[in-house]
Amino acid sequence: MRHWGNGVQRMRQWVNGMIGMGAVAMLLALPLAAQQAPDRSKAPAPGPAAALDLPAIQKRTLANGLPVWIVQMSKVPVVQVNLIVRAGASADPAGKYGLSSFTSAMLDEGAGTRDALALADAIEYLGISISTGSSWDSSTVGLFTPVSKLDDALPLMADVALRPMFSETEVERLRQERLTSLLQQRDNAAQLATQGFARLVYGPRHRYGTGATGNTASNGEMTTSEIRSFHAQYYQPQHAHLLVVGDVIADAILPKLEKTFGGWKNAGAAAAPPALGTATQHGAKQIYLIDRPGAPQSQIRIGWIGVPRNTPDYHVLEVMNTVLGGSFTSRLNQNLRERNGYSYGASSSFDMRMTAGPFVASSGVQTDKTAEALREFFNEFDAIRRPVTADELARAKNYLALGFPAGFETTGSMASQIGELIVHGLPEATFKEYVGKVLAVTAADVERAAKQYVQPDRFAVIVVGDLATIEQPIRAANLGPVRVVTVDEILK
Amino acid sequence: MTKARILAGFSLPMALVFALTPVSAQQPTPKISAPYEMFTLPNGLTVILHEDHTVPMVSVNVWYHVGSAREKFGRTGFAHLFEHILFEGSRNVKEGDFDNLLEAAGGFNNGSTTTDRTNYYESLPANALDLALFLESDRMGFLLDVVTPQLVDGQRDVVKNERRQSYENAPYGAANVRITELMYPKEHPYHWPVIGYMDDLSAATQDDVKEFFTRYYAPGNASLVIAGAINPAEARKKVEHWFSDVKAGPRPAPVVAPPVELTSVVTETLTDNVQLPRLYLAWHSPAQFQPGDAEMDVLAGLLTSGKNSRLYKRLVYDLQLVQNISAFQGSAALGSRFQIVATARPSTNPPAEVLAKIKAIIDEEIEKLKQSPPEARELQRVLNGVESNFLNSMQQSLAKADQMNAYYFATGNPDYFQEDLARYMALQPNDIQAAARRWLSTDRRLELSVHPGKK
Repeated sequence: MRHWGNGVQRMRQWVNGMIGMGAVAMLLALPLAAQQAPDRSKAPAPGPAAALDLPAIQKRTLANGLPVWIVQMSKVPVVQVNLIVRAGASADPAGKYGLSSFTSAMLDEGAGTRDALALADAIEYLGISISTGSSWDSSTVGLFTPVSKLDDALPLMADVALRPMFSETEVERLRQERLTSLLQQRDNAAQLATQGFARLVYGPRHRYGTGATGNTASNGEMTTSEIRSFHAQYYQPQHAHLLVVGDVIADAILPKLEKTFGGWKNAGAAAAPPALGTATQHGAKQIYLIDRPGAPQSQIRIGWIGVPRNTPDYHVLEVMNTVLGGSFTSRLNQNLRERNGYSYGASSSFDMRMTAGPFVASSGVQTDKTAEALREFFNEFDAIRRPVTADELARAKNYLALGFPAGFETTGSMASQIGELIVHGLPEATFKEYVGKVLAVTAADVERAAKQYVQPDRFAVIVVGDLATIEQPIRAANLGPVRVVTVDEILK
Repeated sequence: MTKARILAGFSLPMALVFALTPVSAQQPTPKISAPYEMFTLPNGLTVILHEDHTVPMVSVNVWYHVGSAREKFGRTGFAHLFEHILFEGSRNVKEGDFDNLLEAAGGFNNGSTTTDRTNYYESLPANALDLALFLESDRMGFLLDVVTPQLVDGQRDVVKNERRQSYENAPYGAANVRITELMYPKEHPYHWPVIGYMDDLSAATQDDVKEFFTRYYAPGNASLVIAGAINPAEARKKVEHWFSDVKAGPRPAPVVAPPVELTSVVTETLTDNVQLPRLYLAWHSPAQFQPGDAEMDVLAGLLTSGKNSRLYKRLVYDLQLVQNISAFQGSAALGSRFQIVATARPSTNPPAEVLAKIKAIIDEEIEKLKQSPPEARELQRVLNGVESNFLNSMQQSLAKADQMNAYYFATGNPDYFQEDLARYMALQPNDIQAAARRWLSTDRRLELSVHPGKK
C-alpha cells in the first residue's frame, strides 16, 4: 500500500451528515463541457455538492426503559445490531486496569445454556458474527447477521450480553492468552512507542497512562468475582442503548427486541461510571529514549494531553489537524515523506475521549535520520502556529466536508457514527451541522487553536530505536533534555 | 502488498439484485449480483460501470495487469516503486497536485501492488468524477514527460522506508520474505518479494521507468471500474472524453511460469527479535479460481476459523500450546500457497522442541481429514460464514469496484459474485477430504521456524 492507512481514516471518524449546498458550491467553478479532445490545461472543477439524505433515526423504548434507535438501510439484506453500554476502560478501578476489557472478552466464553464451544458452534452455524469489545468510554456487543438469520441470532446475542457464564476455567484460559499478548507488545516498536507515550504523558496513576487492556500485574490478579461485579454494575438497561441498522422495518423488529431484551431488569439505583479526572498537563519539553538494538527505524511519538470530545474547538481542531498531519497532503507527511524521504508516512491526531485524550504526532523514520526527523517535526509545530495559507485552509475544509458522506455507506460504518452520538451524548444535529461548522472555520481560528493546543516547548518526545546510533545525534541536536527509559518502566 | 483471501472484505452497491430462492429452501439464499455496463474504447481500455446511489460518492478503480511477476531479476520491487511514481504527477498535473486536487474535492486515493496486478483508486464526491478521470487519463497517457531521476530518487527513499517499517522493523517480518524464496526457484516470478530487495531498489533507473511504462501501462493492459452514484450514460461520455487522447500501446503476452513443485521437505530456522517461537508451514496449491482453490479456502476455515475449528480447538483451546494460529489459501494467478502459521505460548522448553510438538499435532489433524471427510455440520458452519461474508462485501462501492476488476481480470465477467459464491456452496465433505489428500503432503512442503534471538 502506498499510504499509511489508518492514520487518515481515523481523522475521518467524526466527519458528518449533510453536504452543504451553499458555501461549498460557492467555491467551485462550473464543470467543463465535453469536447472532441479534452482540455487538459486545467483540472476540471467539481460540480455542486449533492445533498446526503441520511435515513431517519427512529427512536423507541422497550418496556424496561432500554432506548432503541433503528435506522433502515435496505441495499443489502443484512443487519447490524449493537448493544452499547456506557462503561469502558475508563471505569476500571485503580489497580484493576483491564477489567472492562477482560469482562468484554469473557462475554462469549459461554452464555445462557451453552458453554464456550457450544456457543461458538451455534453462532458460526448461523453464519453470523457476534463481537464483544471495550473502548475507553463504552463496551459493545455487536451482531452482524443476514436478515434471514435475525430471529435465531437475537437470542444468542442477548445471551452473550446479559447471561454470560464467567466460568473459572475460561477466565484462567483467557488470563494466559492476555498475559501472552502483553508479552508480545515487546516485539513491536510501534506499540512500545504508543504505550510509552501514554505512560510518560499521563503517568502511572491516571487511567490513560496504561493500555486499555491493563498490564501484566493487573491481568495476573483479576478474579472471576471482580469480572462478575463489573458486569452486574454496568450491564444494565439504564446504562445501555440498543442500535439497529440495516434491512429492517422498525415496527416489525421492535416486538423481537422486546422479546429478547425487554425482560432485562435494572438492578437497583443507577451508578454510572465515575468521570475520570483530567491529568496534569505535561510540564516541559522532555525527550525519552527507549533502546531497541539494531532497529532499522526509529518509532517517534510527540505530543501531550489534548482535548475531550465535547471541546468547543472540535471543528477548528479537525481543520487544524488536517493541515498539520491529518491527511496525505498534510505538512508533516509532505515534509518527512515526500520532501525528505525519511519515512513511509507521518501523521498527527487528537484522540478525543470523554476526558481529554492525547494529541500525538507519529512516524517511523530511518535510523540514520532520526535527529533530522525530530528537527523537522519541531519545525512543523512552530510553523502551524503561524497563519495557514488560503489554499491549505480551503483544501482541508473541503477534504473534511465534501468527503463526509463516505462514512455512512455501510451498516457497520453508519452504526459506528451513530454509536459515537450515543456514547458522548451528542445531539443528532451533530451530523447536519458538521459541514457548515467545518466550512465556517477561519485562518484566525486555526492560528488561535494551534497556539493553544500545539505548544512544542511542553511536548513529550518518545523515540524507540537503536540508541547506539541515534542517542548521540539526538543529544547533539540540542532539542531538549534527554532521558533514557526502559521498556519495563513503561509497561509496569 | 499481497492479498490473502479473495473473498474477504469487498463489497457491492445499491443496484444489487437480491432475489430469494423458492420458499421451500430452509435458509433462503440471496442471489447476489452487481449489474454493470461494459465497453472497450478504441485505444483498448476496458471500462465497467456500476450504479450504486447509497451515498453521493463514486469510486474509480484502475487495474493494470502487471505486478511483481513481470519484474526482471536485479530489478525486483520495481512494479511497486513504479506504483509510487504514478502519484507524482504527469504532463498536466504538477508534482503534488494529484493529492492536492483530490483532497480539495473531498476525495482520497491509494494504490497497491501484488505479484499479479497493480491497482489505483479514488473515492470522491460523485460530482467530481471528471477530476478523477482527468487525473487517471493524464497519468495513463502522459506520465513520462515529468519523470526525472530526482523524482525516482524521492520515491525510492519512501519505498525503502516502507520496507524497513513493514518487514525489517516488524516482528517476524523477515519470515514472509523468506517463504517465497524457499518455495519458488530463482527463475519463477513469485520467487522474490513484491517489496523487492534493497540493492535492487537502489539500482532502479529512470530508463527502467520508461521501459516499464511503455511496455505495461498501455490502455489495452488496463481496466477501469466506476462504481457509485453515477448515471451510466453520462459516465460513459465522460470516460470517452477523458481517455480519447490516450494512445493505444502494446499488449504484453501473458506471464508464463514453469509449473512448480516441492520434491521434499524444505526446512529452515531464522532468529528474530521476538518473544515467542513461530512455525510456518507452506504448500503449493491450486491457482486462483482453478479447481481446488475454493476447497483449500474452506479447508483453511475448517482448520483455524472459530473455536471449534480443528487446529484452534486442539492447540489453542484444549492444549493451550499456541497463542494464535491461522491457515489461509493465498490465491494468486500463477499458483497459490496454502499456509499455516502458529505462534507458541511461552514455555521453558527449547523453541525447537516446542515447535516440533505443535507440528506433530498439526500433522495429526491434517491426517484425520485425509482419513475421513469433515462432518456435514462442520462444513456447513464454514460455508454459512462464507455466504455472510459475500453479503457483507456487497455494501461498499470502493471494495465492490476493486472486486469487479478482480473478477474481470480473472474470468472476463465483472459480475462473477454469484458464480464465485456457487463454487463454495457446491462443496461436499468428500471434496475437502480429496483436497487435503491431494495438496497437503507432509513430505513435500516448507517448514520455516522462527526462534527468539538476535536478528
